[in-house]
Amino acid sequence: MTIALDGSSPSPWASFVRRLADGNQAVTCAVEGIHCAACVQSIERTLEPIDGVIRARVNASTHRLHLSWRPSETELAPLLEQVERMGYRTVPCDSADVTAANKSYSRTLLQALAIAGFGAMNVMVLSVAVWAGLAEDMGPSTRNFLHWIAALIAVPTVSIAGYPFFRSAWTALAGRSTNMDVPISLAVIVTTIASLLETIRGAEYVYFDAALALLFFLLIGRYLDSSLRGKALSASQNLLALRGKVARLVTADGRIEDIAVDMIKVGDRVHVAPGQHFQVDGNIVEGRTSVDLSLITGEAAPLLAGPGEAVYAGSSNLDAAVVVEASSVGADTLLAEISALMENAEQHRGRYVSLADRMARLYTPFVFGFSIAGFVLWFAVLGAGWHEALMIAVAVLIVTCPCALGLAVPAVQVGAVARLFRQGILVKSGDALERLQAVNTFIFDKTGTLTLGRPTLASTRDISETVMAVAAGMAANSAHPLAQALANATGAAPLPDTTEVPGDGLFHRGTAGEFRLGRAEFVGIPAGNGPGTGPELWFGGPNIEPARFGFEDRVKLDARQCIADLVQRGCRVEILSGDRKAVVADMAAQVSIETWHGEYRPANKVERLQLLRKEGQHVAMVGDGLNDAPALAAADISLSPSTASDISQTAADIVFQGDLLAPVAEAHAVARKSMKLVRENIGLALGYNLVAVPIALSGALTPFIAAILMSASSIVVTLNALRMRAKRPA
Amino acid sequence: MTSLYYLIPIALLLGIVGLGAFVWSLRTGQYEDLEGEAQRALRDEAPLSPEEARRGRLAQKDE
Repeated sequence: MTIALDGSSPSPWASFVRRLADGNQAVTCAVEGIHCAACVQSIERTLEPIDGVIRARVNASTHRLHLSWRPSETELAPLLEQVERMGYRTVPCDSADVTAANKSYSRTLLQALAIAGFGAMNVMVLSVAVWAGLAEDMGPSTRNFLHWIAALIAVPTVSIAGYPFFRSAWTALAGRSTNMDVPISLAVIVTTIASLLETIRGAEYVYFDAALALLFFLLIGRYLDSSLRGKALSASQNLLALRGKVARLVTADGRIEDIAVDMIKVGDRVHVAPGQHFQVDGNIVEGRTSVDLSLITGEAAPLLAGPGEAVYAGSSNLDAAVVVEASSVGADTLLAEISALMENAEQHRGRYVSLADRMARLYTPFVFGFSIAGFVLWFAVLGAGWHEALMIAVAVLIVTCPCALGLAVPAVQVGAVARLFRQGILVKSGDALERLQAVNTFIFDKTGTLTLGRPTLASTRDISETVMAVAAGMAANSAHPLAQALANATGAAPLPDTTEVPGDGLFHRGTAGEFRLGRAEFVGIPAGNGPGTGPELWFGGPNIEPARFGFEDRVKLDARQCIADLVQRGCRVEILSGDRKAVVADMAAQVSIETWHGEYRPANKVERLQLLRKEGQHVAMVGDGLNDAPALAAADISLSPSTASDISQTAADIVFQGDLLAPVAEAHAVARKSMKLVRENIGLALGYNLVAVPIALSGALTPFIAAILMSASSIVVTLNALRMRAKRPA
Repeated sequence: MTSLYYLIPIALLLGIVGLGAFVWSLRTGQYEDLEGEAQRALRDEAPLSPEEARRGRLAQKDE
């Protein structure tokens, strides 16, 4: 017996396996089907006792399995098989993906938060002692001693914990713009330096506690925001990874090997089984099948394709196994064309400036203005000394520090994003909700967005029950999408003695004779002779009138309700589809949408969107197909169901799971409510300034009053944001 | 009042030790999965090491 050496057996996941320093191997997998702690436990307990497994850990937050093993004792494939046998799907995924950047940012923030918390608490304790001492009889030397200790804590803390803000402010200033971090950094730095100088002078008032409390509060908001975003990002990545990126490569000597899709080179031949997606763009070299192009063109009816004809990644193979030769990755591939369109559309979209940053642009000059005014007022008009006037100016800068303003937006967004996350709606970009609430026009794609995007059995009124039972039983033996739809409609068990003829259909030898289920010709009916259009299966047998099963792409259950909700909120709704006009018109009538356009190519969709935006509409695009991807990139905000093509999901700002359309209306409602709360919060923060600035200008501001005012405003804003957690949006 | 000269540094030192412990736990990845670890603590049995598990299975075979 020989031991399989490292790398001797080809694994489709070879590119995802990491080699550890000690010669062992590790991989990260996305796992589907984890619902609770018990799932985590049973997966770990199944894997850990296996010989050669070093460590199996499931992360319950990200639904990822981290697995390491000794390659001399076991291999990856049987380990994953064990997990799959328990009913969980596992697919290795790239651990160094976009979530990694977010993760390390989250970690930096958490560390900064801990340091700021430590500094703020300790300095606050010292401050309380000083405040009490001012009222009682603390001598100047004790006070100075306490100030020096506070300075010793505050200066390093500010430089470490403030770094995320300083860096972001610097980036904004270097790009000749401002964001909320500019006034924040300014307030923190000025407060710290002024307090340090006052400590050296041996003065009564220092403001270290204000600077640190500001950093601490803001970091809480930032950290929650970033960790939630990370969660949504990794969830949406898992959805993509679970697509199963394995292709079956046909080697030169005719064997079939599983390899990762990324490893396919131009000219490779790939075997595609019926019911699978084509993983590459290419030409069919063997076999004849029908192809479902709905993800690419939006056209729901399948097309026949034979040797020499082109197929595209993202479309699915319906009838029979075919071999495809991967074509050159040139400028004229469909993917390249779509990427170019997307890039173009994204450039035209322009960068969205978030409300917080727009506020910062107004706020920064306002803060400076008051500060300078305070200095001039006291120095030139009231005849105070320059030191006293300067301290008034600094007091204005400190008290206007945008703590509440910096919390106003993230505090609400954290609540809103968490709430949507629980409903399976993943918000991927930071300002998505802000852009969504402004939307007044929704554009829907048809196939896969308004409809389920897969065939379901149409009416079977004129088909007898016995025929139905036999046909469904036969169909249950096949993986073909139409057969699956037929079997699912009745929940029939597979009928024994059934054989599949790839590309044609199934036959069953029963006691009464041979029954056939499949294409019209296969059953013995001349093609194109039957009633109706669209995908169909025929059933025939001895002494039986041939029966036709029609299939249709059914409208999502709540599509009509969702559209009605949106219209009721005053939104315009349109359908843009690549499908034939008659089909689109029919669909539009079913869900009561008045404006629709059919036979639209990707470029037409983008043009239509740009036209609407030029008219001043704020447009949301909801789509799933490859043909929607450019339009998704061009819209103000884009949403995709999790069944969408990879490119569309990547382009979309929001990804929603499930077979319903309600998440679109729900996300819109939550976005509107969150924006209402954000506006209230900004109002509260500005109201605080109306109180605080006059106090600072009058020279009556002490560190004690500053601490009370600033924390009160932050707490009020945070409490208001908590209303986001209320059950139903208003 | 002179007690302040050593009490405050001691208090700060204790705080810094706590902070150091937190930073250590952060850097060793203990905040990667707050949900999972919270529930892991509630499991009845301690997780088995591969050696223990192997012995356990051998014992089962003998029965």
